[in-house]
This record gives sequence, C-alpha cells and structure tokens, in this order.
Amino acid sequence: MSTTILLLTLIFPLVGTLINGFWGKHLSKKVSGTIATMAIAASFVTSCLFFAYIQGSQEPVKIVLFEWMKFNYFSIDFGFYFDQLAALWLLFITGIGTLIHLYSTSYMSHDENFSKFFTYLNFFVFFMLILVTGSNLAMMFIGWEGVGLCSYLLIGFWYKNQDYNNAAKKAFIMNRIGDLGFLVGIFVTGYLFHTLDFIELKEQSFLAPTLGIATMAFFIAATGKSAQLPLYTWLPDAMAGPTPVSALIHAATMVTAGIFMITRLNFLFDLTPDVQHIIAIIGAATALMAATIALVQNDIKKVLAYSTVSQLGLMFLALGLGAYEVAVFHVITHAFFKACLFLGSGSVIHAIGGEQDMRHMGGLKKHMKITYATFFIATIAISGFPPLSGFFSKDEILLTAFHHNIVLWVVASLASILTAFYMFRLLFLTFSNKFRGTEEQEHHLHESPSAMTMPLIILAVLAAVGGLISIPGNSWLNEFLKPVIKNNAASHPHVLGTTEYMLMGLAVVGALVGLMVAYFKYIKNKQVPVNDNNVSGLQKLFANKYYLDDIYQSLIVHPLNFFGSFFKNQIDGLINGIVLSFGRVPSELSYQGKKAQNGNIGLYLFAFVIGVCGLLYYLFMCY
Amino acid sequence: MNCIIILLIYVLGAVATLASNSKNAAKTALVTSLINAVIALILTGEYLNGNDVSFTQQWISNPNISLSFVVDGLSLTMLLLTTLLLPIIILASFNTLYSKANQLYSLVLFMAFAMAGTFLAQDGLVYYIFWELALLPIFFIGLLWGSDEWKIRKRVMVTFFMYTFAGSLFMLAAFAYLYTLTGSFAWSDLSKVVLSTKEANYIFLAFFLAYGIKIPVFPLHTWQANTYEKSPTIGTMLLSGIMLKMGIYSILRWQMPIAGNVSENILKTVIVLCIVGIIYASLIALRSNNLKRLLAYSSMAHVGLVAAGAYVGNSTGYQGSIIQMVAHGFVVVGLFYLADIIYKRYDTYEIKEMGGIRSQAPKFTTFFLIIMFASIGLPGTFGFIGEFTLLFALSEKELLYAVFAGTSIILGAYYMLKMFQNAVLGSTENKVFAEVTTKEYFVLAVICVVLIGLGIYPKLLTDLFIQ
Repeated sequence: MSTTILLLTLIFPLVGTLINGFWGKHLSKKVSGTIATMAIAASFVTSCLFFAYIQGSQEPVKIVLFEWMKFNYFSIDFGFYFDQLAALWLLFITGIGTLIHLYSTSYMSHDENFSKFFTYLNFFVFFMLILVTGSNLAMMFIGWEGVGLCSYLLIGFWYKNQDYNNAAKKAFIMNRIGDLGFLVGIFVTGYLFHTLDFIELKEQSFLAPTLGIATMAFFIAATGKSAQLPLYTWLPDAMAGPTPVSALIHAATMVTAGIFMITRLNFLFDLTPDVQHIIAIIGAATALMAATIALVQNDIKKVLAYSTVSQLGLMFLALGLGAYEVAVFHVITHAFFKACLFLGSGSVIHAIGGEQDMRHMGGLKKHMKITYATFFIATIAISGFPPLSGFFSKDEILLTAFHHNIVLWVVASLASILTAFYMFRLLFLTFSNKFRGTEEQEHHLHESPSAMTMPLIILAVLAAVGGLISIPGNSWLNEFLKPVIKNNAASHPHVLGTTEYMLMGLAVVGALVGLMVAYFKYIKNKQVPVNDNNVSGLQKLFANKYYLDDIYQSLIVHPLNFFGSFFKNQIDGLINGIVLSFGRVPSELSYQGKKAQNGNIGLYLFAFVIGVCGLLYYLFMCY
Repeated sequence: MNCIIILLIYVLGAVATLASNSKNAAKTALVTSLINAVIALILTGEYLNGNDVSFTQQWISNPNISLSFVVDGLSLTMLLLTTLLLPIIILASFNTLYSKANQLYSLVLFMAFAMAGTFLAQDGLVYYIFWELALLPIFFIGLLWGSDEWKIRKRVMVTFFMYTFAGSLFMLAAFAYLYTLTGSFAWSDLSKVVLSTKEANYIFLAFFLAYGIKIPVFPLHTWQANTYEKSPTIGTMLLSGIMLKMGIYSILRWQMPIAGNVSENILKTVIVLCIVGIIYASLIALRSNNLKRLLAYSSMAHVGLVAAGAYVGNSTGYQGSIIQMVAHGFVVVGLFYLADIIYKRYDTYEIKEMGGIRSQAPKFTTFFLIIMFASIGLPGTFGFIGEFTLLFALSEKELLYAVFAGTSIILGAYYMLKMFQNAVLGSTENKVFAEVTTKEYFVLAVICVVLIGLGIYPKLLTDLFIQ
C-alpha cells in the first residue's frame, strides 16, 4: 500500500481547512461548501482503498515521518499506524463526515460565517484522523486535544451568545481534566516501558506495579472525552453548537475517542483487571443515569445528548468486561443511528425556525415524510428491535454482561428499556398528534432540501442493515479485529444456546414495554410534558440531572474562585508587606536613631554612663 | 565569526541610537537587532559545523578574572532567543510613539547587550556584572516611560530594583566564597568544585535568592505584577520574554552544576515552592480583571513550571526547561502584544470593558486563538513540547509533582478561555475595533509561525542541546 495514499487521507482535510481558512471569505458559499465536502469525500475514497487493502492482506502499515521528541532513554516519532482498528474508524469518520458536510452546506447556508464553519469542520476531521492513525500515545494526544479545540470552536460557533461561549468553555475545561489523566498515563507508560509506540508497547508491556495508575489515568481521560461519569456534564451543554456539529462531533466520532483509545491499549487494560471492573461499573452507572435524565428532557437535542451519554456508557461496560470488539461494534452502529437522529432533529429544527422544545412540536409526520421515515427507522434501531443494527450490537453487550455479572446485566437492561421509552416519547411528541407551535411556524413547515434528506436516507439505511457486520455466531467484525486485540480469549464469541435466545427475547420484550408505555402516554392520552417547575419526586431529581452541575459549582468552581480572590486580595498583600518591611526596618531604625541625636548634652552623658556601667558589669561578671 | 561581535554590535547600536534623532531611533535599533539576529544564526551554523566561536581574554590577574564568553548548546539557545525576540519586540513597539525615543531604544539595546553577556559569560564575576547591568536599563525604561502617576510608578520600580538587586548580592557572596575555595571564577573550575552538603546548602540558597526573585518563584514574586503593569509594553516584553529567563538559565548553568549536591530536603522544598506558585498564580490569574496583570500571573505560573523542571536536575528537566524558555518567550511577547493592540483601540486594560472584537476583527481573533492555545500548551504548538517535557521530568522525580503541576493545564485553560470570552467574544454596543495593520499582522504571523513550526518540528531547535 502506497504511503502517499494513506497520508493523503490526512492531507485532504488539512488542505480543505487551509483553503477555507485563508480564502474562504472570497469564495462563494457554494464553492466553499463544495471544497470542504469534497475534501472529506476524497479522504473517504482513500480510506476505502486502505480498507480494501487491509481486508485482503491484513498487514498494517506504519509510516514514520521524522523523530518528534527525544529523551535520554527513548524517543517519540511523528508517525502513523494504519491497522484494522484505524481502518474502521477512518471509514465511518470520513463516510459520515462527508454526509454531514453535505448536510451542512444546506443547514448552514444562511450563516454569515459559512466558510469559517467549514474551516473548523474540516480541521476537526483532520485531528480526528490523527487521533485514530497516530502511531504512538503522544501522536494520539495531538488528535485528542486537537478535536477538543475544534469542539470548543464549534460549540461556541455563535459567539455572540455568551451562554454558548460558556458551554464551549465548559467542554474544553472538563476535557482538560481528562487530558491531564492522559498525560499522566503517558508519563507512567513511558517511564515503565521506555516507549510510547503502540506496536512496541504491545510487544514489551508487562505487569508492573504502577501500571494500574497508568490505565486508570487513561480511563479518566476517556471519561472526559467520551462523556462518562463523573465528567460527562459538558456534553449536554455542548448542544449549543450547530446541529451538524452535534451529529458529527458529539455523537458519531469525537466522543468515541475514549473507546478507541482503550481498545487500542487493550493489552494494557487486560493486565489490570481492577481498573477494568471500575470501567464496567462506571459504564453501567452512566448508562442508567443518563437514560433516566433523558426521560424528562423536553429539548429534542438534549434527549439525544443524554441518549448518547447512555449509549457510550454501554460501550464502556463492554470495554470493562474485556469485550473490545463488542464495544467497537456498538460504536459503529451507534454512529449510524445517532447521526441519523441528530441530523433528523436538525431537519425538524430547521423546519420550525429554530424551535427545539418538543412541547411546541407535534404532528410533523404529515409535513416531513422523509425526515419522519428516517427518524422512525433510527428510533427502532436504537431501541433494539430486530433485525435493525442496534438490536445486534446492544444484545451483544447485554449477553456479555449476563455472562459476567448479573447486576451489570440488570442495570444495562434497564437502561435499554428506558432507551426505548424516551426515544419513542421523542418520536411521538415530535411527529404525532397535532402541531402545538404557533400558526406562523405551522405555515412554514416544510420538508428539508435534498442536500439534507439524502444524508438522512443513507444513514437510515446503514442504521437498518449495519448489524450485518457482526451477526451472532458468524461475526465478520470479530474476525477482522483479531490482530488488534491481544487477548482474544477474554471475549469469546457467544455460542447461541437456549439462554442466549431467551435473553434476546427478554430484551425485545423490554423494548416493547418501553414502546407501549410511550404509546399510551403520548398517543392514546395525548399527554404533553409539564413545565420543569411543576415536576416532583424522582422526576425532579432527573430533571435537575441529579444536581451534579450544582455540586460541581459549589465543590469546585466556587472554592477555586474563593481561593483566587483570597490569594489575590489577602495573601499577595501580606507577602508584599513582609518584603517591604525589610526595607522599612532600616529606614525606621535610622529615623528613630536620628531622634536620639538631638544635641541634648544631658542625654549623651546619660547614655555614656549607662554604657560604661554595662561594660564594667560585663567585664566583672563574665571573667 | 566570534560571539563577542554580538556584544559589540549591541553597544555600537546603542550609541548610534542615542545619537540619532527621535524619529530614526526605532529604525536604528531595529536594524541593529536584525543584524545581530542574522549573526546569531550564522554563529549557530558555525557552531553546528564544529567551529569554535568562543572568546577568552585575561582581564585582571589578581583576583583572577577573565573576559571569557563561551558558546555551547545552552548559551547559544539563549542567545538565539534574545537576538531573535528583540527585533520582534522592537517592531511591536512601533505601535507606540514614545517621547525621547532615542534614549528609550538606546536603553533597550543596552539591555540586550547585558542580557546577551549574561548568557555568554563563563567567568562568574563577569557574568555577575552583566547580570546586574541588565537591571539598570529596565529600571529606567519602567521609571521614565511607564504608566500611572510618577509617585506610584516610582515606588513600584524602586521596589523592583531594590528587591532584585538585594537578592543578587547573595549570589555575589556565593561567588566570593567559591573563589576562596578554588581561586577562580571560571565556570570550568567552579563546576568541578566539590562542596560538602552544608556548603552546598548555603551556596544553593544564596543562588536561589537571586534567581528565585528574578524568575520569580513563590513567594518571592510580589514585585512582578506591579512592575509588568506599570512598565511600558516594550519593557514588559523585555522583562517577561527574555530577562526572567536569565534566572532559569542561571539555575541550569550555575546553581545546579555548582551546588547540585544540596540536601534532598532543600531541593524538594524548592520544587514544591515552584509548584505551589503555579497553582497560586493560576488562581490569581483567574480572578484578575486587568489584562496585563492576568498575563503577569499567567507568566508566573508558566515559569514556575520551568523552574520546577530545572530544579529536578535530570536530563529531561534540563531540556524541558530550555525548550519552554524559548516557547514561553515567544508566547508571552505575543500575548502582551495582543494586549497592547487591544489597548491601542479600546484604551483600556480592564477586561470587563472589552468584548465584541471577534465580529469586527477576525484576523486578530485568529492570531489571538493561536497564541492563546500555544500558551495553554496545545499539541502542535511549541508550548506543548515544553510543558510535556517538563511535566514528564517532574513525573520521573515524583509522579505527584507532575499531577499537581499538571493542574496548570486545566487552570490555564480556565483563566485564558474566560479572559478570551470576555475580552474578544460577545457582542459590542458601539466600540470600534480596527482589524490588524500590516505591521501588526507581520509581527503576529512571525510569532505564530515560530510557535507552530517548532511545535511540529522541534528538532530544528532542540538539536542544539539534545545529543
């Protein structure tokens, strides 16, 4: 495989960034949008070429451009590593990326900063590709922080609104907490194994006493980027960004970086089972917690955001159980249906002039047939109805959990049932019954243009059939990923026995229950959620997101500000006073000394006599 | 080519600038600084080719003092920092019309002379003379061209002068003591001297007083924010961009090689002080309303990390602190320049009174973003290479050091993004912010190219001091 073609995968988005960054203003929107979309499409083509290559030869390609950093006992290359794992991510980043770029050319067409949007979006893809193709941990970290930067820029894209800027800032800072974890992980790994290179690490890593610190630190990094407890609170706020951004960055690609990283380092995590347990528990807890919050959200994008957090939690559960390929499978299917859902919600928001509150929607089925149909398919996919993609991937996770720990299985199943409920709640509130918005809005309701519906259709098809890549018992994906995952024994392909079929049946029944409850509530009884102020009990706890944001405010943000002010106003002055006193002491002494020399002979004589007495006393008493 | 040429040209330039009229002074100074930048690059080439560019001349025989200027990787990097940054600083000052410009720019060149001498001198006493010499011009620059009322300004500048001068006297005492042991001030002799732990402790602390104040390390920092705030921008840039690196350079050159066998407890205490300073300064930056003061505390947080890495004393810390000195030099000059550009347009350093810049000046905003993220240490910028190496060095000594010092990447992002949001983003009512001029564009572009270029290919510089 020619290295030029592989590097072109990365270069295309970068060129797109530079063109739009430097000359975007002088280009028409059409040209600017086309260049950006073509850049990603070109990357998709080279990614496909690479995929065809690796599917055949199974030989990964490593490219080292130059030595980046050097320490006395090891060095870090500026290099890339294209293997099976990277191939999967490359395909869906550039594939879904192309669709979302195309969608954005229409969605953002009225924005004054059109070319800037595409600059950032291309730049994001560039960093995302570095993240998945970097040949060592430090290279991955370039992409890791780079996507964080682009996420920051895109969440705060409408920068005149300070609330959006707050959300952007919050996302970046919370991610930085995780990034410190990443750095600590890198330091421990480098110190232990004298390399950060993935291939060398895979060969040379061994169980060292401090390895647990490294894997734990890497997991903390993952909780930041992939929005897990306790660092997930930035993701719902990140919905402030334009909807295509939410679809690409905050659903399909960037937030899966944590799962990618842990899968990449599977050989390290396998050595530290304690950390794996923590991952599984955190994953399951996040899945359930986010699902409960999603139950009571009324903003269509917020529901999807919490749903993303919840689904990511399921993936981490799989990771924690050592079933890396299962997690990867769910990443892929989730990318399809969640991107479809987000773009669908964007289509809806577009149609009713920026409204995001589902209480003011309803009845859109009649006006937006394509959006509705694709949204419907994606909804049954995420809810886990066979034979759509979500059924297969979620079922694998549930089966794995069942074989490891019944409690985890119960929690994950519960989260899945809730998923079916809140997704159908969303679907019914948005598309069924009568329209609840203003007349003017109703007048304007329209299906979105084809640049927006085409991506929806493609994604809906993928959401429907994506499960085929890993059918139980005959999984192409497991075979494909075999060279990547060191310890295949940990993740045995399930033999389909009676238990397995029963569990599948249970899961489907659970999803049906969720669906039925939503149906009776919102179609039969035509309920509309009440105002946030009127909720009580558990609902209130959910609506307030378990008060986590408030806890962080009072436990972290306020103390930081308090100490900042305290240091600034009290301590700094105190230290300065001490410093100045060094100057004041001699000056004060000389001032007082000057007073003594006032020309009074009596005083001089008095001092003289005292002095002589003192001297005599000293001489007699001491000798 | 010989390294002493650089010193001579700075002196000649200072004289020529003083003699020129106010109008041409800035240009004369710029030409001088550019000539020296080119010479420094030529010197680098010769050094890499293995030529000897050092200069040694006996000066006084008793006591034994010689004018010895030696070029090695460390001093050459510092020389490059000084000579390359100086034209940028001078060009950045073209925004401002200073009264008595010939005197000002003459002082600037004189200061560059003293700083370059500090970095090159290999004789302890000559080094000390240059060290103190550098203090005089910046004192007058701040005193005569600074902002605020004369009385307040005078108090700030005198405090700064006395404080740093007093600290340096301890260093002089240390050199005097070392002379009694070795009969020499030469670095080559002093670095070989074997000290008992007790002696090393005293020497170490004496040096620490001089360098800790200069850098500054918590709690010896209180002169800094006031001085940065009251100095004219050109003075602030000289101070933060180059002068404070004299302290860190000296740790690497003099303090650690001579007093390296200081007791572990003292060393640990000093490192902990540096780390405390990082967090302390970051938190104050978080609460600063004045842009210049915020940048001053931010700078203190960053150099706290550099100092901590330098005191770790291993090879990672050594190279990390050199890298970060250069990175910080360009970043901090860039940041103060951005603040200056805002001041020129909005006539304020109060962050609350800014805002609405992005909608009016997208190019300025892009530069702001790049330099800000370089300051935060985003990978792909030179700032990352420095911070990464330094934190790695700390983790080699003690993982918890790296964790605590590493909080600076979180807090740094916090106060910088908060400042950016309030100063640049948002909407404005009726304040007009003109887009960057060609000159401003050029200066900012050079800084950004350096930061990104070295961030991707650091070997261009690090080959000088990493074998």
